Amino acid sequence: MTDTAPRERQLITLDVNGERHELLIEPRRTLVDALRHDLLLTGTHVGCEHGICGACTVLVDGSPARACLMFAAQAEGARIRTVESLADGAELSDLQRAFSEHHGLQCGFCTPGFLMLAEGFLAERPEAAKEEIREVVAANLCRCTGYQTIVEAIDDCAARRRKET
Amino acid sequence: MGASVARREDPRLLTGRGRFIDDIQLPRMLHAQFVRATVAHATVTGIDLSAVREVPGVAAAFTAEDLELGDITARLGRPASEFVATAMPVLARDRVRFVGEPLAVVVARDAYAAEDGLEAAKVRYEVRPPVVSAERALAPGAPLVHDEAPRNTLLNVSMFATEGIDAVFDSAPHVVRVRARTGRQNALPLETRGAVASWDAREDQLLLHTCTQVPHQVRTVAARCLRLDERAVRVVVPDMGGGFGLKCVVGREEIAVAAAALRLGRPVKWIEDRKDALTASFLAREQQYDARAAFDADGRILALEADIVCDMGAYSCYPFTAGIEPLMASAEMPGVYEVPAYRVRGRAVTTNKAPTAPYRGVSRPQYVMVMERLFERAARELGMDPVEIRRRNVITDFPYTGVNRITYDPGSYRESLDLCERVVKEEGWYTAREEAAAEGRHLGIGYACFSERTGYGSAAFAQRKMEVVPGFDISEVRMDTSGAVVVTTGTMSHGQSHETTMAQIVADELGLDIAKVRIHQGDTDRITYGWGTFASRSIAVGGSAVRLAAAKLGEKLCRIAAARWDLSPEAVELVSGGIRRRDGSGGLLGFEELADLAYLRAHLLPKDLEPGLSATATFDVFNDGTFSNATHGVVVELHPGTGQVEILAYVCVEDCGVAINPQVVEGQCRGGIAQGIAGALYEQVTYDEQGEPSATSFMDYKVPTAREIPDVLIRHLETPCAFTETGAKGAGEGGTIGAPAAVLNAVNDALRPTGTELDTTPITPETVQRAFGRTVEHTS
Repeated sequence: MTDTAPRERQLITLDVNGERHELLIEPRRTLVDALRHDLLLTGTHVGCEHGICGACTVLVDGSPARACLMFAAQAEGARIRTVESLADGAELSDLQRAFSEHHGLQCGFCTPGFLMLAEGFLAERPEAAKEEIREVVAANLCRCTGYQTIVEAIDDCAARRRKET
Repeated sequence: MGASVARREDPRLLTGRGRFIDDIQLPRMLHAQFVRATVAHATVTGIDLSAVREVPGVAAAFTAEDLELGDITARLGRPASEFVATAMPVLARDRVRFVGEPLAVVVARDAYAAEDGLEAAKVRYEVRPPVVSAERALAPGAPLVHDEAPRNTLLNVSMFATEGIDAVFDSAPHVVRVRARTGRQNALPLETRGAVASWDAREDQLLLHTCTQVPHQVRTVAARCLRLDERAVRVVVPDMGGGFGLKCVVGREEIAVAAAALRLGRPVKWIEDRKDALTASFLAREQQYDARAAFDADGRILALEADIVCDMGAYSCYPFTAGIEPLMASAEMPGVYEVPAYRVRGRAVTTNKAPTAPYRGVSRPQYVMVMERLFERAARELGMDPVEIRRRNVITDFPYTGVNRITYDPGSYRESLDLCERVVKEEGWYTAREEAAAEGRHLGIGYACFSERTGYGSAAFAQRKMEVVPGFDISEVRMDTSGAVVVTTGTMSHGQSHETTMAQIVADELGLDIAKVRIHQGDTDRITYGWGTFASRSIAVGGSAVRLAAAKLGEKLCRIAAARWDLSPEAVELVSGGIRRRDGSGGLLGFEELADLAYLRAHLLPKDLEPGLSATATFDVFNDGTFSNATHGVVVELHPGTGQVEILAYVCVEDCGVAINPQVVEGQCRGGIAQGIAGALYEQVTYDEQGEPSATSFMDYKVPTAREIPDVLIRHLETPCAFTETGAKGAGEGGTIGAPAAVLNAVNDALRPTGTELDTTPITPETVQRAFGRTVEHTS
């Protein structure tokens, strides 16, 4: 058995959800694997490992990014946000509540990716119209909902935020 | 029941606290990947894993011989002339039959090292000619995929042949014919398959966490393949990221991982990557129909005949067998129509392609598409309105026993058709079609009217002659001393909201606050057996068992209360929060108080009442089951230059009996319709002549996004089911069943000026361009 054989590793620091973590990892380790398996933040999911499905979407310095297409080392110095950052304790965020109210999730596997995609997008384009939201939602794949309720949830959340400000 | 209460699974799934298979981490856990065949058909002359074992990080590598594994063999109780059973080895030994077939398992400290290991594997093949199409497989002299299956035929049945049908065809005023093909699809749950196996020394038991719709089935097969008592295997299913039927058959990889964990004495995890999920997992749907129908001058169908060939790929799936698609199609093709004469032949053909499993709808998307094409074609020939011809032929008197000897329970076939047409008209699409035509644009309207058998009981599966017969379900409802309830069900939610809908059923039955109800599923140690979730069975069958168990518990609560008050059980009743006297006197005996009596002060119970509060019930459907129904209406616009099919509107009128949670039912419809549209317009796995699959990533396998899937307008009808305990029929598959037919009909309506009709899915841009007579530069 050679599963304990030494390997080339590097020490990196990741800023995730406002916490700093030191990690000793292989240079080839992807950001999503570092988040999920080293930091045990398993909310971010892996659906394709080639950047199409978007289940691994996280925010990197505020913008949605595919965590399966980045090496963890590339995220050094950036501020990462994952789905675990959205709720305030047991209190769901307005975006999360909108997804639930509109039945914008079924199996829930793609959901963290859609939430982070929407969170990043709405921060950038709070005035986005529904058709624009649909265009953005098309960046990620969902196999359960038929997308309609996801688009409606994000649109509703955006409208409520606009009303409040 | 009947209210769209908020989903109880949402808070954890929305906050990243769901626990999916890849979220499970165990101490000293190793990671597995599979060495897979790189050729479609070959004799394996040697597997050399010595270099694999030297790769840094690799702990072990095993072939089938190393693990001494039994085969997985799915059987039907049919004569050899009708069905040939074929073994699917857990790992291939001397022969490989499709690109991606697992040959060996490599176990390493992480998935990266395991993949490094795969690259060092050396497999020697003596290549055999591959068989990559059903036509080729059936041709005389074709190479055999399984030596025991002549003509590569795994199932060959002629289930119905009405006497005198030839004369009907000969004398009918109109006979129309449809030759249709449907593409090979991937059910494509977003979470790929996976398993984590470990030996629990304390329980003297294998603990197999796996991503399956049928946990008890996996336990049975794992125990048999690993030669263990069933009690020595516990299958636990965490949250599941979809299944759609793909995960309702037993996968060879999950058994291999369990064997590796036993051999190594360490936990082993396997998570399928997307490439393997697209190429080496189970696929579905590739069928060919040669069908004809005879009509009288008024557009009434007189006879139906079909020859159905299903390309099932390299292996029979367990437990359903390669017969699943042709048997389903043969038995149920007449569908919602009053067909007086019927003849059908159904065949399952084996080829050197990835094997197939049931996929949401199983054959119904295909035969409904063919039936709906036959009616549309007849309408054209007779100069009739396509909705009117359906109206004249749908079953209206229930219960109705069809030419296929199936008895349909009451549904709203005619009403759904009428309402769907009315909504499409009210939304202005008939006018829009006229206006578009005047402008030279190509709008089309298409319909599909169908039913789906959902409450399959044991009798229905036994009739198929399955040797392993699914059908019933079991539930246990247990109340604790605080009056809270845990419900264990044998079904397995993988996105269908069972934690909410099952809880609604129990809360309703017991008059209990839904917050007091917790649903448990997916753990074989918690309930004796269960048949999991497939064929839209969960609420119709599983939900009925849940309700029966809750009712039994309710009876016991009444008996305890009656004894406490020294009354007969008939003098008390369950109400919200507890039990009261029927005469209204004496207040309420709350659940908490009753539970306290049942457990902590059981000496106060009469002798004939056992302490404790739990009840178990089973439910089965002994007749032909229940039939949900729907009509779908679609409006498309075709763009001749690009060949694009744009869906402008989608209307779905569905009837699944009593909807426990209408929002959940709508979610099922929309998701199903999206998968149906995917099959109609986008998704397909093809193979080249060497058996190399075309779709190995999402670059090639075109899963539709929010841009391609339209909003769906849903209208509900409700024909309560007489023999499920909840009045509910199944609601999981309908969307997928109706969409391909409706989309294809709409496209053909839009193509009317060209004189071309299409009968094949997926409808590619090239086929649309060709239909408009455009030169297509791309040649395939």
